[in-house]
Amino acid sequence: MTLLTLYRKELAAYFVSPLFYVVSAVFLCLSGYYFYTDLIFFVTFGFGVNILGNFWQLLLVDLRLVMLLSIPLLTMRAFAEEKKLGTIELLLTYPIRDSELLLAKFAACATVCTAMLAGTLCYPVYVHALQPFPWVPLLAGYLGLLLLALSFVACGVFVSSLTENQVIAAAVTIGMLLFFWIVSWNEAATSPALLRVLIRVSMFDHFESFSRGVIVASDAAFFVCFIAFFNFLTLRVLESRTWRGHR
Amino acid sequence: MIDVQHLRKDFGSTRAVDDVSFRVTRGEIIGLLGPNGSGKTTIMRVLTGFFAPTTGHARVAGFDAAEQALALRRMIGYLPENVVLYPDMRVGNFLTFCAQLRRMPVARRTGRLASTIRDCGLQEVTERLIGTLSKGYRQRVGLAQAMLHDPEVLILDEPTVGLDPRQIVEIRDLIRGLRGRTTVLLSTHILAEVSMTCDRVVIIDRGRVVAEDSADALSRRTQGSDQTLVRVDGPADAVHTALCNLPDVQEVIRTATTAGEDGYTFVIRTTAGESARKAVAAAVVGHGWGLLEVRPVAPSLEDLFLRLVPHEDTGTAH
Repeated sequence: MTLLTLYRKELAAYFVSPLFYVVSAVFLCLSGYYFYTDLIFFVTFGFGVNILGNFWQLLLVDLRLVMLLSIPLLTMRAFAEEKKLGTIELLLTYPIRDSELLLAKFAACATVCTAMLAGTLCYPVYVHALQPFPWVPLLAGYLGLLLLALSFVACGVFVSSLTENQVIAAAVTIGMLLFFWIVSWNEAATSPALLRVLIRVSMFDHFESFSRGVIVASDAAFFVCFIAFFNFLTLRVLESRTWRGHR
Repeated sequence: MIDVQHLRKDFGSTRAVDDVSFRVTRGEIIGLLGPNGSGKTTIMRVLTGFFAPTTGHARVAGFDAAEQALALRRMIGYLPENVVLYPDMRVGNFLTFCAQLRRMPVARRTGRLASTIRDCGLQEVTERLIGTLSKGYRQRVGLAQAMLHDPEVLILDEPTVGLDPRQIVEIRDLIRGLRGRTTVLLSTHILAEVSMTCDRVVIIDRGRVVAEDSADALSRRTQGSDQTLVRVDGPADAVHTALCNLPDVQEVIRTATTAGEDGYTFVIRTTAGESARKAVAAAVVGHGWGLLEVRPVAPSLEDLFLRLVPHEDTGTAH
């Protein structure tokens, strides 16, 4: 009940501000351009065969970059705005658990990101109308995108809880997410043993199986753990106010 | 209703609150009086469970602020300093949101919303965005959200700061109307405010309780340092000497040295109060000088502190 009230308030906050509309518009424009160019590439050089490997996988991998740049702009306000306004003090002196507040914020942010991502579903619908292809592997790819998006949200909400400056929250989130991507980028810079560890923590390596249309349990588990871990950290940050003396 | 025992709160190496103890009984209105930065807000944040005490205990309505924060928060209404609210929400929606967070049943919510909106004088602004409201209205919305669920304990951090005189009177009336029913803890740095609103006063300075007394006793104490302002049209030095020679006069300070149409202004510290002002007026008129003004000067918080805080202690930095 309380959770639902908080969730509705968080969701409403996204839809009254122009930020969500602007970010979604930019996201969908860039995704649309990727869709167009990838499709041209597939038709020209993909020889019209293996649409999953030669087209959808490329598109999904491209979409994650657009997500990486747009989702932090949606998560940045989560706690930073409340801290700046001071309303966090009001909320946290209401009979609400810290976990309820976090869950409401995470869920609202996850909802808008999912809505944004759902906008890209018009591409497969359009392609399917022109040329039918197997749906299920693509849905696995979308599940991967969704898990990736929720991981971005968890990380972004965490960073937002550390600062009252929204721009800093967005910048640091983008930096952290980019780092999780490029951490296993250069094999030459790391020893083989270290590289094995880095590949384990690199979000984008875990996404690779999804983009091929395969759901690997360990990769799915990685994202779930990633999300749980960052939400746990956020909870600790919220708790720290009682002894740190900062809002 | 509120029981604070040896409360200490450190922020790193800064000690914000140091060994504060006080009790508030049910239905009492108590004022935390102290200059800015004396630890009033920190005490209130501990009482709402927002901060945990470093050592010591704070209990509100029988619940420990650190251990049972959630149960405690059900019992209280809190108006934070600077009234922080969502600028993008409408007043009515915001109050409904607050009622829902408090899990108020729908039937009770409707009635309480209407009566709280009426009590706080918000009828005309329920459809306005909070961000577009004046400071006075925002303060009232803040007060409305604190009072909405008819809490056992109201904690109000500087409830009248930044309001115009008429609004201050309204808010004070509203708080006084709760006497006997709701326990109210309010903070202020204005001396006059406590004597007008509160039953009892806890005076805080640099994180410590300096004095705790009833509002009446406090005003009696301040009367000891009665000051009178006199404006006289006459020869300055002669007037000064004449005033110094009056009985009960401790000190005469000449505030302006040049005589204008306004005459000379003197501030006289006496031990006699009312009768001293009579003597001053009689003396000035008796000498044939023009008496332009005689009035008591309200003692300031600083004066009170100088009397309450031991002198070797004042002026030391944190």
